[in-house]
Amino acid sequence: MMFSAAFDAVIPVICLAMAGLAIMLAESFRLKNESMPLGGLAIIGLLGAGTASIFLWDRNATSFGVVTADNFALFVNLVLVVVGIFTVWFSSQTVHRDKIPAGEFYTLMLFSMVGMMLMVQATDLLLMFLALETMSIAVYVMTGIRRDQAQSTEAAFKYFLLGAFASSFFLYGIAFIYGISGSTSLDRVGSVIAAQSMSGNPMILLAVGLLIVGFGFKVAAVPFHMWSPDAYEGAPAVVTGFMSTGVKAAAVAAFARVFLTALEPMIAEWAPVLWAIAAATMIVGTVVGVAQTSLKRMLAYSSIAHGGYLLVGLVAGNDVGKAAILFYLAAYALTNLGAFGVIALLGTRERANDDLRDYAGLWYSHPALATLMTICLLSLGGFPPTAGFIAKWYVFSAAVGSGYYWLAIIGVLSSVVSVFFYLRVVVMMYMSERDARPVPAPITTIAMTGLALTVFGILYLGILPTRLIDAAQASVATIF
Amino acid sequence: MGGWDGLAIMIAVGVGFGAVSIFISSFIGPRNPTPEKMAPYECGMPPVGDARERQSVKFYLIAMIFLLFDIEIAFLGPWAMSIRQLGWPGFVQIVVFFLILVVGYVYVWRKGVLDWGPEHDPDYVHAPSPGPAVIKRYRYGTRN
Repeated sequence: MMFSAAFDAVIPVICLAMAGLAIMLAESFRLKNESMPLGGLAIIGLLGAGTASIFLWDRNATSFGVVTADNFALFVNLVLVVVGIFTVWFSSQTVHRDKIPAGEFYTLMLFSMVGMMLMVQATDLLLMFLALETMSIAVYVMTGIRRDQAQSTEAAFKYFLLGAFASSFFLYGIAFIYGISGSTSLDRVGSVIAAQSMSGNPMILLAVGLLIVGFGFKVAAVPFHMWSPDAYEGAPAVVTGFMSTGVKAAAVAAFARVFLTALEPMIAEWAPVLWAIAAATMIVGTVVGVAQTSLKRMLAYSSIAHGGYLLVGLVAGNDVGKAAILFYLAAYALTNLGAFGVIALLGTRERANDDLRDYAGLWYSHPALATLMTICLLSLGGFPPTAGFIAKWYVFSAAVGSGYYWLAIIGVLSSVVSVFFYLRVVVMMYMSERDARPVPAPITTIAMTGLALTVFGILYLGILPTRLIDAAQASVATIF
Repeated sequence: MGGWDGLAIMIAVGVGFGAVSIFISSFIGPRNPTPEKMAPYECGMPPVGDARERQSVKFYLIAMIFLLFDIEIAFLGPWAMSIRQLGWPGFVQIVVFFLILVVGYVYVWRKGVLDWGPEHDPDYVHAPSPGPAVIKRYRYGTRN
């Protein structure tokens, strides 16, 4: 069976692409005002991709010489599948409320996930670039999918212009890598760099710098973070939840793959740079986050800061750090999806309801929602019984293990500062009087179940993290 | 700098030629500004109005669709040239590629992007039976 073996590694991607095409066809033949279970089709595709990823576990399948399905990629694939399923779940209520074109929304979501998965699975820089563009272009459109809102359109335009600019940096970096090593394949690049002493060669330093800019933009690392508060605030809350977790997971995983395999011999050169970027990202993300009055914007800065914590794992570069990145991605994805899910459910068509004041007295009107939001915020702040605590502890222990004491101290201090703005929302929800404002639409049981599931995941990972940590360690052991 | 000398010379000649031409022509060229000479085009139509007008958004759609479906020719040509070497797997891949494009085509068609006639313009108003149809202008800011 030569034929099927050739396609093994891309089966998860094929599942998503097929589901996306099916939704596109269904949308084409949908009559006006006819409602179709398009989200269900998306869920089927996502479940297919997830199942395929589980079956490919430990197989190390490769396709076409440029796509690999090693456990590292499959782990991130599964995180992405979870992100996709919850995005569809929460959007089931908001898509109709906000009059978002459902067919286009789900198609773009699945196509961007095709890009994300390929980006993580790519072992060739050119394929990684193509996947990055597939992911990004779909996400640009999703950011501006509410064409009737000026803010949404503006956010999409800013994101698009800056994103296109950053992509060119990435591509230029690939060009220099090719110029040095004569290949874009990560294995070949790695062996060429390892064989010749490249330290101090200006070409390779330039290439590494350009790649850092390209990845740093997608991860929203300081100083390449300027787009993210605007894009996150302007996009519909469901889309923000999707791109703050999915795009970040894919970008961080690809970042780790390139820098810890092909550019591993250069670690002495790039680690100080990433050290500075990680420290700046954590500090700026938290300090500026304190000053925000919009919850979406605040969570945007919080997500910048979390990008910094992820980079700490990358700088540490040891086995603990690599596994910590994977665990952190899973914990962060669940937590952020839950938080943005609550924001999405509380919005109305006309107003996003994302000011801090809008959360005043939420405990009295929606006690369940307030409880779930509290757990998500505590997890983002890194409180003990939640996934966020274990993830942060794991990342910082990796940094300490590699001797980066100061980075760990900066991380702990900035996460202490960040607790201030997470708790401010909690205080607002429980201890303030509710203003006289239009009450948002009743929350459906389906959406509540989804939120409860994310919170269950957060608490599960916080209390019994060993299984996922073992899986993360097993998946980095095979490739790096 | 072995091998890079040629590139440096080419850049120097390119920049130098342009700079020298502009400099010399501004230095020794005669100046008789007549209205004809000052016009943007010395021959042809006299330009009327500003070129920076708003265009119908349909033009962008057409350009985008053209780009998308033009790519298929870019793939078909090389595939046709090496059809024997690629064999059946190559055939399957090009068919899959086409099916994906067909889905896009169906989508575009069903969404009415290919309807360019005025009947599909929501601003098109049918005149009372005898007499020409009336099209409200300036819908997209076009001037015709």
